[in-house]
Amino acid sequence: MKPTLKQSMFRWLDDRLDIQPLVDMMDHKKVPIHSHTVWYYMGGVTLFLFMVQVFTGILLLMYYRPGEESAFESMQFILTEVKFGWLFRNVHAWSANLMVLFAFIHMFSVVFTRAFTTPRELTWVSGFILLLLAMFFGFSGYLLPWNELAFFATKVGTDIVGAVPLVGEQLKVIIRGGEDVTGATLSRFFGLHVAILPAITFLILSFHLLLVQRQGISEPRHFKALAEEKKRYMSFFPDFVLRDALLWLIINIIVLSLAVFYPWELGLKADALASAPMGIKPEWYFMFMFQTLKVIPPHVWFIEGETFGILLFGGAALLWMAVPFARFRGKQIVDSKWITILGIFTITYMVVLTITGYL
Amino acid sequence: MKRTRIIKQYLLIFAGITLLGTANLLAESKVNTCLDCHVENDIMPGDFLEEDVHQHSEISCAGCHGGDPEAEDMDESMSADAGYIGIPSRQEMPAFCGKCHSKIEYMRVFQPRIPTDQVDQYYTSTHGKKLLSGDKKVAMCSSCHTSHGILPAKDTRSSVHPFNIPQTCNQCHGDADLMASTSHGTSQYEDYAGSVHGKALIERSDTGSPACNDCHGNHGAAPPGAESISHICGSCHLNNMEFFKTSVMGQLSESADYHSCEQCHGNHSISEPSDELLNVNESSLCLECHSDGDEGYVAAEAMYTQIRQTDSLYQAAIIRLKDIQIKGMNDVDIQYVLKDAKQNLIQLRTMVHTFDPVQVKEKAAEGKELSAEAISLAGLEISEFNQRRMGFGISTLAFVLLAFAVFLKIRQIDSNKKSD
Amino acid sequence: MKYGRREFINTLLGAGGIGGLASILYPVFQFLVPPEVTEPQVSSLKVGAVGDFPVNSSKIVRFGRVPVILIRSDRDTFKALAATCTHLDCIVQYNQARKQIICACHNGVYDLSGKNISGPPPKPLAVYSVSIVDDQVMITQEKDLA
Repeated sequence: MKPTLKQSMFRWLDDRLDIQPLVDMMDHKKVPIHSHTVWYYMGGVTLFLFMVQVFTGILLLMYYRPGEESAFESMQFILTEVKFGWLFRNVHAWSANLMVLFAFIHMFSVVFTRAFTTPRELTWVSGFILLLLAMFFGFSGYLLPWNELAFFATKVGTDIVGAVPLVGEQLKVIIRGGEDVTGATLSRFFGLHVAILPAITFLILSFHLLLVQRQGISEPRHFKALAEEKKRYMSFFPDFVLRDALLWLIINIIVLSLAVFYPWELGLKADALASAPMGIKPEWYFMFMFQTLKVIPPHVWFIEGETFGILLFGGAALLWMAVPFARFRGKQIVDSKWITILGIFTITYMVVLTITGYL
Repeated sequence: MKRTRIIKQYLLIFAGITLLGTANLLAESKVNTCLDCHVENDIMPGDFLEEDVHQHSEISCAGCHGGDPEAEDMDESMSADAGYIGIPSRQEMPAFCGKCHSKIEYMRVFQPRIPTDQVDQYYTSTHGKKLLSGDKKVAMCSSCHTSHGILPAKDTRSSVHPFNIPQTCNQCHGDADLMASTSHGTSQYEDYAGSVHGKALIERSDTGSPACNDCHGNHGAAPPGAESISHICGSCHLNNMEFFKTSVMGQLSESADYHSCEQCHGNHSISEPSDELLNVNESSLCLECHSDGDEGYVAAEAMYTQIRQTDSLYQAAIIRLKDIQIKGMNDVDIQYVLKDAKQNLIQLRTMVHTFDPVQVKEKAAEGKELSAEAISLAGLEISEFNQRRMGFGISTLAFVLLAFAVFLKIRQIDSNKKSD
Repeated sequence: MKYGRREFINTLLGAGGIGGLASILYPVFQFLVPPEVTEPQVSSLKVGAVGDFPVNSSKIVRFGRVPVILIRSDRDTFKALAATCTHLDCIVQYNQARKQIICACHNGVYDLSGKNISGPPPKPLAVYSVSIVDDQVMITQEKDLA
């Protein structure tokens, strides 16, 4: 029988790139089916939103001009003169927020399903770093339109960096590109947002995805304990991929609706001499930290409250990252119910403080 | 050599400074027995202010009232020998103040450019003339400036600052007893406070708006004559005056005994002008003289129609602008065009004073064009807005269709597996 | 070949896919087509060649959202000032004979440096700086002295 066009194209590629093993791997890759299968999709959604960010970000770069004199004006230009400029800007802003949200959901689902147990510690660590990177993306991107709110939020945010012990002041000056938030800060944040962070993210994201492919999809304990014939799986391709695609399409429609019906304001141009407007708030994913710093007393023991808060969050982040490595009497601590309690506590803490921040 | 000279110079300068300092000290502690006694016995004048401009320039009690402020004994310090004048009578007052204020040689020490013609001006005023003729109730210097709490007119607390002038004049002009012998009536303040000028000055603190003195004068206060009214109003309402002067109406008003601006607008109670003043119904000012069918009636009707049309088109454009802003669309261009349209409306309404419907019509055409342009720009924005909604609808439809297809595909694969 | 359920779903997939792709690609191409005004107006504005402005004349030009009055008072002097009177909201004009800026609404007068010299205006007019580059007149927003 004569090979079809599809078959001959595959053969041509396989001869040159040896893709048969990849296809075999895809064929063998299986996704367990159980009551928590839904969480397997969260990472994919985050990835999709990241791709939307890259795509719309590159488009915005065509017209955006960093600089004190041009950033706000070019944003106005994008929003008013450029066809569909409003769409891409609003999609970029909305998708950014949803990406951080889904990264958080992805992370907590991993905690509760214990997906980070051996051998997946490195996947966890790289994932956590990716979350931090997403937050840095958000922080640096927030300033780029150079409007009043972003200007003052950045001022407050970078001020907090100044409280880091020993190197705080120098770090603040380095981040700001000077003593104060100025056009120099804007240049730095722009470089960070469009070059440095994407480069780092690309490397770590590749690593993260490579690990997922190498190790396969994690099976929760109750699923592992099942008798072999009771374990149900679906194939990664096409079953899981199609479901992924369906979800991505739904998310896509949601982002578009938000962009059309709830556009982001551009606000007023930043003016360093103007007095700070009322109600400067950080973006919602920084709110719980911002609120914590507010409630910490000015001095804890001998250290300043703000410094204490930073040390607290720095320590908490390190511990959080180290959870899969922790051992207790030779057993991975992650098996204990304490992890669930820790996870619930963390979520409750974050949600409650975020809500109080908006009250 | 050189060094000693420098040291000498320094010493001299130092000595000079010390001397000056001591002189200053002495001046500050200058004896003023008037104040000592009057404070001690609690018989200070009721309107006394520490910040009084004379007090501030170190012209103490004796500077005006005469006498010897250094004498310890009251009889001595308040004796005619010491030049004591005491309280001047109302008729004496202009000369009392004028002994300094009319002398530039004296006044320029304090303020080189200060005018010194107040007393002369005063005697040309209705107040001054009446005072000369023996009327003791009329206003003289201290009636407006106070006696012992005099502040420069630029000080907002001063009785003669624009903010306070209407009240200051009203002290007498609002007093029915004082005004009984005149034909003035006492309603000027209320009339003014409700007028367009009064509201601007009193409610919005717009010092550009005239207070009493801006039309009547200060020291030479008098009711403006018929021939001066258009000049007085025209000093601010420049174009109105220019248009009026060259108009048929203006020329008529010169020959006939019309009170130009005042004839239509009134005086103290000038209300915010409204297009209705021009309309041909009860509100019309024109119909006070003109009647249905005559030339003036036709002109008024034509101008009124033009202005209303232009204005309603402008209002319609403003509504579109608001709609655009609420929809979050680009309002920059529309706003700019409407700024011009607003300017045109102001000019158009001013142009009524040409009493020439042809000129008004030309101007109105410009304004209508501007508003129409704004409306068409707004139309573009609204259609852009609708296009966005439409585009969103279409693309959502496509994505939903795709999602549905994927869903069916999943179902199909699943059911195939089951049947295997 | 029978047109069954399977083929129907594939057609639907294809149609939806093309529709979805189109609704991504169309905005992208529209976005990439440069708009009529190809550059955002920053803080300076080119208003024309020096020769376009006769000596002792003025022109109202648009600077972003606000009107600005550009005055060539004599051969070498260009001035640019905010054209909105600081008293109420009228647009000022240049009086050629008096070489002053007049607001006709209430006879406010400003000198050529924008200072309010008589009449109701409470404040001077904001000043823009004018520069001439390659025979082109440019208006620039003056920066606050910070």
